[in-house]
Amino acid sequence: MSENLLKAVVRICRQYGNDRTRMMDIVRDVQEGFGCVSGRAMDLIAEEVKAHRVDVESVVSFYSFLTDEPRGKVIIRLCNDIIDEMKGEAKVAAALEDELGIAIGGTLADGSVGLEETPCIGMCDQAPAALVNDVVVTNLDGEKARQIVRALRSGSTPRDLVETLGDGNNASDLVRAMVNNNIRRKGEVVFAPFSSGAALKKALAMSPNEVIRDIKVSRLRGRGGAGFPTGMKWEFTRKAEGGKRYVLCNADEGEPGTFKDRVILTECPDLLFEGMTIGGYAIGSDTGLLYLRAEYAYLHRFLESKLQERREAGLLGKNVAGKAGFDFDIRIQLGAGAYVCGEETSLISSCEGLRGDPKNRPPFPAQKGYLTSPTTVNNVETFCCVARILDRGSGWFAQLGSKGSSGTKLLSISGDCLSPGVYEVPFGIKVSEVLKMAGARDAAAVQIGGPSGQMIGKKDFEKTICYDDLATGGSFMIFASNRDVLHVVDKFMEFFVEESCGYCTPCRAGNVLLKERLEQIIAGKGEPEDLEYLRELGETVKLASRCGLGQTSANPILSTLINFRSFYDERVKEAKDGMQSSFDIHAALADAEGIAGRASEHF
Amino acid sequence: MDKTITFTIDGVEVKGKPGQSVMQAADEAGIYIPRLCYLEDLVPHGSCRVCTVMVNGRPQAACTWPVSEGMVVENDTEDLLQHRRRIVEMMFVEGNHFCMFCEKSGNCELQAMAYRFGITAPRYPYLFPKRDVDASHPDIFIDRNRCILCGRCVNASRDIDGKNVFEFVGRGANKRVAVNAEAKLSDTNIDLTDKAVDVCPVGAILKKRVGYAVPVGQRKYDHAPIGSDIEARRKPDAAASGGKNG
Repeated sequence: MSENLLKAVVRICRQYGNDRTRMMDIVRDVQEGFGCVSGRAMDLIAEEVKAHRVDVESVVSFYSFLTDEPRGKVIIRLCNDIIDEMKGEAKVAAALEDELGIAIGGTLADGSVGLEETPCIGMCDQAPAALVNDVVVTNLDGEKARQIVRALRSGSTPRDLVETLGDGNNASDLVRAMVNNNIRRKGEVVFAPFSSGAALKKALAMSPNEVIRDIKVSRLRGRGGAGFPTGMKWEFTRKAEGGKRYVLCNADEGEPGTFKDRVILTECPDLLFEGMTIGGYAIGSDTGLLYLRAEYAYLHRFLESKLQERREAGLLGKNVAGKAGFDFDIRIQLGAGAYVCGEETSLISSCEGLRGDPKNRPPFPAQKGYLTSPTTVNNVETFCCVARILDRGSGWFAQLGSKGSSGTKLLSISGDCLSPGVYEVPFGIKVSEVLKMAGARDAAAVQIGGPSGQMIGKKDFEKTICYDDLATGGSFMIFASNRDVLHVVDKFMEFFVEESCGYCTPCRAGNVLLKERLEQIIAGKGEPEDLEYLRELGETVKLASRCGLGQTSANPILSTLINFRSFYDERVKEAKDGMQSSFDIHAALADAEGIAGRASEHF
Repeated sequence: MDKTITFTIDGVEVKGKPGQSVMQAADEAGIYIPRLCYLEDLVPHGSCRVCTVMVNGRPQAACTWPVSEGMVVENDTEDLLQHRRRIVEMMFVEGNHFCMFCEKSGNCELQAMAYRFGITAPRYPYLFPKRDVDASHPDIFIDRNRCILCGRCVNASRDIDGKNVFEFVGRGANKRVAVNAEAKLSDTNIDLTDKAVDVCPVGAILKKRVGYAVPVGQRKYDHAPIGSDIEARRKPDAAASGGKNG
């Protein structure tokens, strides 16, 4: 076995040029072959790529899909986000545990199956859902969960679990997923017909600076949520000092409740790759990377084949589309389960084969990004907009949407509504109109932009989706009047605690403390001053955290303290007799009583 | 390169050089910006966030933010003091810090910062994490109960000692400093003379057999608060405006 491991590690490392910046691929492949990246494997990898063992350990221990000990030949990862919970995840979990005879977090004694929970896998429109290795299973219930376990036990592979194929390219031979697109509304930008090469040829007929000018004129802003003007970002990257430049596409769609990139990757990969290629031309880059979240690994082969088709059509490679001197190609980099890698500098760290820690800024990626070269990182949807702008014209694009927010936005709608799915809407649409479209009859709260966004109540349903009002990366979770807002907030805090990289103090410790006090309040042990405690602590986490994760992680609490104050007020009560209600004196004294062998005299 | 950059910290005019951080320029000017992870000569880590200042109205870490002409920095404000207090209190509860029997007491930057900020007890509940101790090495021990994940040992070992003895593993609340070996510090090539052994701001990496050698009353922070050495550099004409932080 150890002989095999040695040979395999040497082969795998060699396949990636013994390049330590390809660590993500190396450890993923080693784990694929051996079920884990063992301590011995870390030693061998370190030797091959001339790194230190602890560097490898640092990476393996960071990503939730990587492990240093076997956790199961087949791993069932049940999505535990709030939407899945609302759709019956608990019954699915109970059925899986019962049928397997292990608890979540366990592995069968023979090592064949492991059972875990995982945050949002991008399937909220068909929840409850789970990953069985790379295979997605959707619309689960207790009975389906039992069937999955029985099938695996009788020798089925995860791929055999897919009996009914989804729509569109989900049914193609290279995907074969039971995932449905659930495209509910098509707009003119992303979900319109597109002919490969059309936009690229128009771009290549212009100078790179003219392309950037067009993107500026279109007033396109980043679709990931932060809304930075794309043209300006490209201009900075083009003008930055440095030889090589890179185009990175952020397909690490990890914000709970968002799944629109999944649909783009499935149905519009050409539009996306064309946008990336145009980006390469504009900033003067010959290399693009698509950072694909591990949860979407089921799309990997399909996307690779799309890239190959484009190479064969001359749309990637040397002298792209006949443009002498413009070479550009795209590599897919798979992630390994880390929400923070959706933060652009963490994403760069991960692409460099490091733990997904964000980097200090400045320098900004446009100055020094991937491998310290000027780099532009853009969202999947942003690149699609780019291709469409070049095809249809910047003026045409600029007149879509609202004043400060041109174009359309994809919304990933889930929760308490009749028609969850992806909606391409013009910017400036009111929340109330969106709710009507989705068939949400009893909406009491909407989480705009996922946990890192804000939760709004009915009084704000006439607000509009756009950068100047309700900015969003696209997650739109609907909660009906029977839902407990504080429970939703608690789930979000659990998510941030789990996903914090731990680099900076406020995010690492502050979120844990926020969650602790919130849970005291939910348990009825909170006092009125706890609300100020939460606000102050939340403000510090927001102000002092190092990256976007910590700067937004207190939002679920901070926004509900304002918009849903009554949920807190009715839970907290004044302490009686000066006693802190969160303090249980009986429990605190239990150990001492045990040692003393008698009960204490207390009140 | 000898161009001077002029900006203000709490209204006081400060001169900096291109490429300097706010922290470096402030240190030279004798203005103390509280910090726990930053250490001169090491690559700034930017993790503790105690040095958070407002730069033109936006929060930034002074140790990683470069100086620029005309920038307006706020440092010694009541608001920032509150945020910094909360961060230091977070550190006290997320680890296991028992000053009364820690041999770093009196020389500990975390403890000294708490005194400087007037913290008597953290307002947050102790989390009492389970952390491990590595006493395998004959001359050096690691007590992770006291680690604040500042990264000084990681950076010093890598950049000054050229050894990479330490690196972070895990994430979130489970993040910790690991050693470049299967398990133990004694299996690494660390030496007592390494810079990495000297840089720990708290009592997480200590030399054996030298504890408690300095009597109480003569320890580093027994008489003057942390940061006094930097404030002593301040020229008399600029010292008029005093500060809340000390």
